[in-house]
Amino acid sequence: METNNRKAWLYLLPAGIFLAVFMVYPLIDVFIYSLEESYNFASQTSRGTGLFNFSYILHDPFFLQAVRNTALCVIITVPISTGLSLLIAFGLSSIKPLRNLFQTIYFLPYVTNTLAVGLVFMILFKKTAYTDGMVNLLIRFFHGPSVDFIDGPYWAKMFVLCFYVIWIVMPFKILILTSALASVDSSYYNAAKVDGTKGWRIFLRITLPMISPTVFYLIITGFIGAFKEYSDAVALFGTNLNAAKMNTIVGYIYDMLYGDSGGYPSYAAAAAILLFIIILTITVVNLLVSRKHVYY
Amino acid sequence: MTNRKIKTVLIYVLLALWALIVLFPFYWMVLTSLKSYGVYNSEYIPKFFTLSPTLQNYFDAFSAVPLGRYLLNTLIFTVCTTAIMVVVAVLAAFAFARLQFRGKNLVFALFLSLMMLPNELVIITNFVTITNAGLRNSFPGLILPSVMSVFYVYLLKENFEMVPDNLYLAAKVDGTSDMKYLLRVLVPISRPTIITIIILKVIECWNSYVWPRLITDDPKFYLVSNGIQEIRQNGFGRENIPAMMAAVVVISIPLIVLFLIFRNKIMAGVLRGGTKG
Repeated sequence: METNNRKAWLYLLPAGIFLAVFMVYPLIDVFIYSLEESYNFASQTSRGTGLFNFSYILHDPFFLQAVRNTALCVIITVPISTGLSLLIAFGLSSIKPLRNLFQTIYFLPYVTNTLAVGLVFMILFKKTAYTDGMVNLLIRFFHGPSVDFIDGPYWAKMFVLCFYVIWIVMPFKILILTSALASVDSSYYNAAKVDGTKGWRIFLRITLPMISPTVFYLIITGFIGAFKEYSDAVALFGTNLNAAKMNTIVGYIYDMLYGDSGGYPSYAAAAAILLFIIILTITVVNLLVSRKHVYY
Repeated sequence: MTNRKIKTVLIYVLLALWALIVLFPFYWMVLTSLKSYGVYNSEYIPKFFTLSPTLQNYFDAFSAVPLGRYLLNTLIFTVCTTAIMVVVAVLAAFAFARLQFRGKNLVFALFLSLMMLPNELVIITNFVTITNAGLRNSFPGLILPSVMSVFYVYLLKENFEMVPDNLYLAAKVDGTSDMKYLLRVLVPISRPTIITIIILKVIECWNSYVWPRLITDDPKFYLVSNGIQEIRQNGFGRENIPAMMAAVVVISIPLIVLFLIFRNKIMAGVLRGGTKG
């Protein structure tokens, strides 16, 4: 084929402009911001250059709270959602009737607006003067004490958040795992059947190793997604997450940028870079671990 | 034999249980939206059905708060963002798939590396850029930074490359211009992929919350996500949950309908490259 430099660049130009203005330049700029100490957007001034921003946010109780919330959310939701989706995908692949219907239903949360459906979860879990709410009714039915999950104790709020996050991320995981299970070569199963291998052994020795790359892919994307948790928390607890003590790292970044406590892009930049470092580290660790445990 | 039967029953119980957990919030929002304000607030123990359904909440949702305006804004935002994205992505994918130019591999590698970039890292400067450009509370400010999705260019490029070279060479012999070949041959052949990325982008746009929240504080430019948040915080006066649920139903319906129509396309598309997990 002929080489046609000018024309090719012309085709790339629109994409190039968008990427340069809204991705490449901001990527460089965010590091500059993070080094401009206490840069104030309103007065356009900073105190100097250095690492003060990082030290400031690392001593900010709101940031530490956000890190704690995010870490808890990650540690709770990633294993549960991965395990549960594995269980459901495995169940789906072993039935025929109703399978399509179940698959369609399970996918629904993916196409819903997080903010809108979050409100439904809020009224299901909330306890007001007028009503105890659906979930408390269920707890009372089992003779438990009722709790306000939205404005109540910390563990209750964390529980709703994790529950909602899991509800939201399940469709993606179930879909990916179901398709991975369907692509396992059936001759392995037949061979195992001929040998008279038991069901559990087949799962542990054949199915799991065959789909291990997919499982690790889901764990990595799950970690990344959970570390970026934000809009689900807003949906449940409103925009003032600091007051609810339910802020997340991403929420902290946006609060620093905009809103009542906003106007400090340099603190936001420092927090964003820390978040990026955390995500990068965990992804690399995951990849190293997966290299040991993925079987092909 | 009986052992296997028990196992099958257990599997169905598990699957039905999860289906219930998934569907229940949807049922509850529709149910609540049909209860009148008085009925809802008088039920200390909420009922699982209603004998006197009312559509009053839906009228309230459109008259008491500007839900129609939010929907229209979201529609404009979604259509413009998706349309620009498709044009830009098709052109770039064509250059990577069919044209030869110096530095192509390097540019493509850089391009791919941008895919790993978390949005949180670039959104800070974009916020400042758009604010300084005076584009807060405007459609260009909402749309422009939301256009690019590196991944879709990658997906399209892969698709374009699967079209046999012969077609391209034949078109060249006939003296067809590149642009004509792209529009008359490549785009029609790749229609399934283009439809997939359109649907995925539409879902992304309809649900986007963070960027619109940062860049709009005038309710005239709110999208549905911000609208529902606004409704929650100071919408229908005190705790009018049924009207709020009516708004939630209205916001949820378009995507659910889209999903039921394009079910297979959406699921295949997400399988190939969706995230949100």
